[in-house]
Amino acid sequence: MSFWTRHQIFEKNSIILVVGILLVISIGGLVEITPLFYLKSTIEVVDGVRPYTPLELAGRNIYVREGCYLCHSQMIRPLRDEVERYGHFSLAAESMYDHPFQWGSKRTGPDLARVGAKYSDDWHVTHLTNPRAIVPQSVMPGYPFLSETEVDPATIADHMRTLRAVGTPYSDDQIANAAADMKAQADPDNAGSDAFTKRYAKAVVRNFDGKPGTPTEMDALIAYLQMLGTLVDFKLYNEKANLR
Amino acid sequence: MSQPSISKSMTVGESGLAAVFAVTAFLCVIAAAKALDAPFAFHAALSAAASIAAVFVIINRYFERPAALPPAEINGRPNYNMGPIKFSAFMAMFWGIAGFLVGLIIASQLAWPALNFDLPWTSFGRLRPLHTSAVIFAFGGNVLIASSFYVVQKSCRVRLAGELAPWFVVVGYNFFILVAGTGYLLGVTQSKEYAEPEWYADLWLTIVWVVYLLVFLVTVIKRKEPHIFVANWFYLAFIVTIAVLHLGNNPALPVSVFGSKSYVAWAGVQDAMFQWWYGHNAVGFFLTAGFLAIMYYFIPKRAERPIYSYRLSIIHFWSLIFLYIWAGPHHLHYTALPDWTQTLGMTFSVMLWMPSWGGMINGLMTLSGAWDKLRTDPVLRMLVVSVAFYGMSTFEGPMMSIKVVNSLSHYTDWTIGHVHSGALGWVGFVSFGALYCLVPWAWNRKSLYSLKLVNWHFWIATLGIVLYISAMWVSGILQGLMWRAYTSLGFLEYSFIETVEAMHPFYVIRAAGGALFVIGALIMAYNLWMTVRVGEAEVQAPVALQPAE
Repeated sequence: MSFWTRHQIFEKNSIILVVGILLVISIGGLVEITPLFYLKSTIEVVDGVRPYTPLELAGRNIYVREGCYLCHSQMIRPLRDEVERYGHFSLAAESMYDHPFQWGSKRTGPDLARVGAKYSDDWHVTHLTNPRAIVPQSVMPGYPFLSETEVDPATIADHMRTLRAVGTPYSDDQIANAAADMKAQADPDNAGSDAFTKRYAKAVVRNFDGKPGTPTEMDALIAYLQMLGTLVDFKLYNEKANLR
Repeated sequence: MSQPSISKSMTVGESGLAAVFAVTAFLCVIAAAKALDAPFAFHAALSAAASIAAVFVIINRYFERPAALPPAEINGRPNYNMGPIKFSAFMAMFWGIAGFLVGLIIASQLAWPALNFDLPWTSFGRLRPLHTSAVIFAFGGNVLIASSFYVVQKSCRVRLAGELAPWFVVVGYNFFILVAGTGYLLGVTQSKEYAEPEWYADLWLTIVWVVYLLVFLVTVIKRKEPHIFVANWFYLAFIVTIAVLHLGNNPALPVSVFGSKSYVAWAGVQDAMFQWWYGHNAVGFFLTAGFLAIMYYFIPKRAERPIYSYRLSIIHFWSLIFLYIWAGPHHLHYTALPDWTQTLGMTFSVMLWMPSWGGMINGLMTLSGAWDKLRTDPVLRMLVVSVAFYGMSTFEGPMMSIKVVNSLSHYTDWTIGHVHSGALGWVGFVSFGALYCLVPWAWNRKSLYSLKLVNWHFWIATLGIVLYISAMWVSGILQGLMWRAYTSLGFLEYSFIETVEAMHPFYVIRAAGGALFVIGALIMAYNLWMTVRVGEAEVQAPVALQPAE
C-alpha cells in the first residue's frame, strides 16, 4: 500500500483527522514551552528583583490599559548600540513578576526597560501631559487626564492577592498594608513611609505628580516608570554565573 | 391547510437555548448591579440586553416558523443553509470597513499626533488593538466563518448541522467582537497582542468556538462524499488549533468576578513564549491555514480547474501545520528568552518557507490552462494576486526570522510592512475574492452587479498596498540603520527622536496607501450591496443536470 493510499485514513475519517491535527500541532509547543518551566538556567539568579509596590502596580495597570507596550519595548537586546543607548541588556529575572510581560514588539518610541531615574518626575509630568511641550518632534499621544483621576487604594490589596495566587511572592504583611503603602509612597510626609520602604527594597517615596492629596494615576504611572530597570545592581551582577 | 398538519413543538435546542439565555440575562443583570468598574457594568448590561433579545428572537422564530423543521434535502438536492453565511458575510464587510478606517486613523495619528485629541478613548494605544482585532478577528473571522460554512456544506453535499447552532456561532462571535472592541476603547485589555480581550470575553469566545467546531465537525461527519475535501482539512486545523492557542495563552485569574481586570497565569519569559507561540500561530492558523482553505476551494471553483496536485496538498497540509507551531520564538530574538529556544524558532521559521511556497505553487498552478481568465475575470485576478502576495510575504518572513536580519528589522516598521503585505495582499485580497464569489452564490444571483467596479477595486487597493509596504520597508530599514549608526569617533550618531523625525514622510505615504485601500473596500461594499439589491436571480438548474458522483 502506498503512502498516498494510507493517507486516505485521514481523508475518510474526520475524528482521526482531528486527532492527527492535534498531535502534529502539539509537538512544537511542548518542546519549546515546557522546558522553560523547569530548566533552572531560564531565569538568572540575581539579587534585588521584588514584586511591585501597590502604587507601582497601579501604575503598571495604567501602562497596560493605555497600550503603552504598543510603542515602547521593555527589552534591551545584547547589541552594542542598544546597550550604549539604553543600558545593560535585559535579564529574564527582571520581568519574572510581570503578569503579563511587557517586552513589547515595536519601538515607535524608545525602549523603557531602564527609563527609571533617567528623567525627573517633573519631566515625566510635563511630558505625559503634552509630549510636544518637551520634545517637539514627538508623535506620542498626550495623557492630561491622568492627573485628574485618583487611584483607588481600597482595591489594590485584591489585586495583590490575585497576583499572589498566580505566583507573585507578596507577603501577608505587604497585602495587609497595601492601601496605606499606596498612599505612603506618594507622600514623603506620611508617617508610614519608613515602614513602607522596609517592605519594598529600593522603593522610592516621592510626591511624583507634585500635587497634594490622594495619589493620582499620574503619581502611579510615574512611580512605575521611575522604578523600571532600577532593581538589579549591575555592579554586583555575576555575568559569568548566569551564562546560558 | 391542505398538508397533513404536524403538531408543532419547540425543539430541545430552542427551549434549552432560550432557557440558558434567560438565566444568562438574570446573571448579567446581577453582575451589572454589582460591577466594580464602569466598563464591566457596561459589558454586563450589554450582555443582559443581548440575552433578553436572544430569548425574544428564539421564541419569535419558533412562532414564525412552520411546524416542520427545514428538510435536509429537497427533491434529492441538499437544502443548504445560507442564512448564517449571509449574516457573516455582511458582518465581514461591515467590520472590514470599520477596521480599515481605524487603521487609517491610527496611521494618520503617527504622522500627525494631534489626531490623538488627548482623550483616553481616541489615543493610539487604545485604537491600535481595535484596528488589529477588527481586521483580523472581525473581518477575517467573519470571512472564515461564512466561507467555511459554505464550503463545508457544498463539499460534503449536506445541509449544515444544527438549526440554531450555526446562528449561535455567527451572532455569538460578532457579540464577542463587540465586547472586545468596546472594551479596548474603555481601557479593558490584558495587553497580550492579538489576545487583548479580558477574561469574560475570552470565556464567551471559548463557548462560541466549541460550538463552531461542533457545527463544522458534525457537518463533515454527515457528509455524502467519501473523502473530506482538502479545504476542510485546513478549516479543521484552523478551528482546532485556534482553540488550543486561545486556551494556552489566556488562562487568567480575575481580581473579582464582578470586575474586568485579571492577571494572566504566566509571567515574564514564560508568558513571552506563550504569547508568541499564540501570536505567531494566530498568523499561522487564523490568517494562513483558514485562508488557504479559501484558496483551495475558491480558486479551483472560480478558475473551473481542478487543484494542481492533490499529493502536494497533502504534503502542504501536514508540513505547514507541523512547522508553523514552532516559529513563535522568532518574535523574541536576542531577548531574555533562552538562546536554544530562539535558535529552534529561527530554524523552523526558515524551514517553513518550503511548505508555504509549496502551497503557493499549488494555488497558482491550479490556473494551468486557465491563465487567460486573468484578463477577463478581475475576481480571479484578485484571488491569484493574493496567492502571489502570500508567496512574497512567506519568503520575507523566514528571511526576517534569521537572527542577524532580525537584529535590524525587529522593533521597526519593517515588521509592520511585512505584516501588511500579508494582511492586505494575501488575507485581504483572498477575502475580497471569496466575498465576490460568495455573495452572488449565497444570495442566488447570476453574477456580480459590476465587474468593472471589481477591476477598480483591484487596482486602487493594489496601488495602496504597494505604497504601504514600500513606505514601511524604507522607514523600517532606515530607522534600524539609524539606531545602530556610529560616528567616526565611536559615538551613537543619532538620538532616538532624530530617528522618529525621519519617519514622518513615510508615515504620510503609508496613510495615503491605507486611504486607497479603504476606498477600494468602499467600492466593494457598494458593489456587493447592489448585487444583493438589484442582481438578477439565478435560475435553479433542473435536478437531472446534477453531476454524477
